Amino acid sequence: MAAVINDAEALDVVRAARSQARPRATGGLGKGGWRITPWLFLLAPVGLLALFTYVPMANMVWYSFTSWDGLDPVKEPVGWQNYVEIFTRPEIFRVFLVSLYYLGGAFIQLVLALYFATVLSFNTRFRTWFKGIIFFPYLINGVAIGLVFLYFFRPGGTLDAVLATFGLADPPLWLGDPSLVNVSLAATSVWRYMGLNFVLFLGAIQSIPNEQYEAADLDGANSWQKFRYIIAPGIQRIIGLSTVLAVSGALSVFEMPFIMTGGSNGSSTFVIQTINTAFTFSQVGLASAMAVVLLIIVLVIAWLQRRLLPDNGGELT
Amino acid sequence: MSTTPSRTPPLMPHLLGPLGKALKYASLMAACLVAVLPLVTVFMASFKTQAEFRESGPLDPPTNWLNLENFVTAFTRGGMIQGFVNTTIILVLSLVGTILIGTMTAYAIDRFDFRGRRLVVGAFLLATLVPGVTTQVATFQIVSGLGLFNTRWAAIVLFMGTDIISIYIFLQFMKAIPRSLDEAAMLDGANRLTIYARIVFPLLRPAIATVVIIKGIAIYNEFYLPWLYMPKRDLGVISTSLFRFKGPFGAQWEVISAGTVLVIIPTLVAFLLLQRHIYNGLVSGATK
Repeated sequence: MAAVINDAEALDVVRAARSQARPRATGGLGKGGWRITPWLFLLAPVGLLALFTYVPMANMVWYSFTSWDGLDPVKEPVGWQNYVEIFTRPEIFRVFLVSLYYLGGAFIQLVLALYFATVLSFNTRFRTWFKGIIFFPYLINGVAIGLVFLYFFRPGGTLDAVLATFGLADPPLWLGDPSLVNVSLAATSVWRYMGLNFVLFLGAIQSIPNEQYEAADLDGANSWQKFRYIIAPGIQRIIGLSTVLAVSGALSVFEMPFIMTGGSNGSSTFVIQTINTAFTFSQVGLASAMAVVLLIIVLVIAWLQRRLLPDNGGELT
Repeated sequence: MSTTPSRTPPLMPHLLGPLGKALKYASLMAACLVAVLPLVTVFMASFKTQAEFRESGPLDPPTNWLNLENFVTAFTRGGMIQGFVNTTIILVLSLVGTILIGTMTAYAIDRFDFRGRRLVVGAFLLATLVPGVTTQVATFQIVSGLGLFNTRWAAIVLFMGTDIISIYIFLQFMKAIPRSLDEAAMLDGANRLTIYARIVFPLLRPAIATVVIIKGIAIYNEFYLPWLYMPKRDLGVISTSLFRFKGPFGAQWEVISAGTVLVIIPTLVAFLLLQRHIYNGLVSGATK
């Protein structure tokens, strides 16, 4: 969902360029119609956007300053108390540490994706097959993946059986041991999402014009130099974007731990905790404050990305 | 996942020696094995009888590949039929809505110069940043305030109203449709609605195909929205129906496996038929 992060600006740049180049193109057309014609087309889309994105966001900020339980007609204002609670009750904020496992997983995922994308961008036998098999897990239903990996990690399950064929008996409890559960879950995440990064990297590598390789050949470049000076700059932007998505993804992990362990054994994440606070413990005020904190963190990361990654509008036109 | 030698610098095959080539294919094979093995063992488990499952290891194939008993159980007692029906209804209605909304937005934003356009574009793009799961804390109040809680409409409106990627894809395609077509039609006396319906919409067909594929997969896989808004048993979609297998079939892994296989098969078929479109759609949806 969050893949379009950096485009508000890019789109505006394109717009500005276009309206300068063809100042009268739309103006001339628009004269014939009514002023409100575009709003008639936008009525439903903007209405839904406001109703299901912006109104909830505004409400959320409001709730976050109350002690509302989600049902009471009265929403008692409590000032900053919910926010103070988030940062002072260690059991609330500590779950962000769980994100570090997913962050580590995301890093491995990006490295693997880059490796396989580079390898497969060159002549390889059974290329389509390799590409399809490595990518396919990304398409699978999250609940199905959760159950597949519950079976994979369960005592006497697939992983234990594989280890046993290598003579490794007495394996640990992959999902029952609090020191291992997050590693297992992060690995499941890598299995699920690596294919997407891989296909995106592969697409970016393949959109590099062939002439550049030919020119490099003429100059006698070796393969490492080609990777360093042609491929790496060509996919810089998508790597930057994927990194940002990986970081905000790691902070808002939800589905895999929720489906597989329900957040038990120390596998709870900030989002699981927010959801439970709201819908299990009926502390909508506190949960809203937690959601606002996460939202602000994600927005700051997106803003940093726009500041740090140059030239991200290059491919728009 | 960490069995592959990701640290070696990527080398081009025609410069690789036989050893490098062997390593390259070995790493690819390892990746495929890791991708496929968890699925294959579940697939094999789904054909085993209860007694057989208890006695055999996960890596042993079933004795009878035609034992469909678990699938029957999953379909009938597990509510998978209801799940597929609900998913189909939600899928069709949400897709129709998404396409209409997305094309209308793209048309209005790309073809009109009006006050507030930058604001509208900005509002749509900012919305992509909001992590959807957390705002449900507040969205829930709106959905239940509208009386949509525990109806299929809850999922349908949310799929329709919060999808920005599709709008973005339509905008990209829209730019490639020459404005001279609009202008020519306008000279012939066509109004804006006619232009949208007769010229722009048909020309957006490739974009519509892309959106149907990407969005279709996303809706088919969505778990959280139906779980939160449609807890009623009869309203289970495939994700939530499958999730409920964890309870009653908790110890019956052969039935859970069958349910899982049933959910994965449509995805596999769609992938085999639409491979190229799926790759292209993802690239246009994610990188732009």
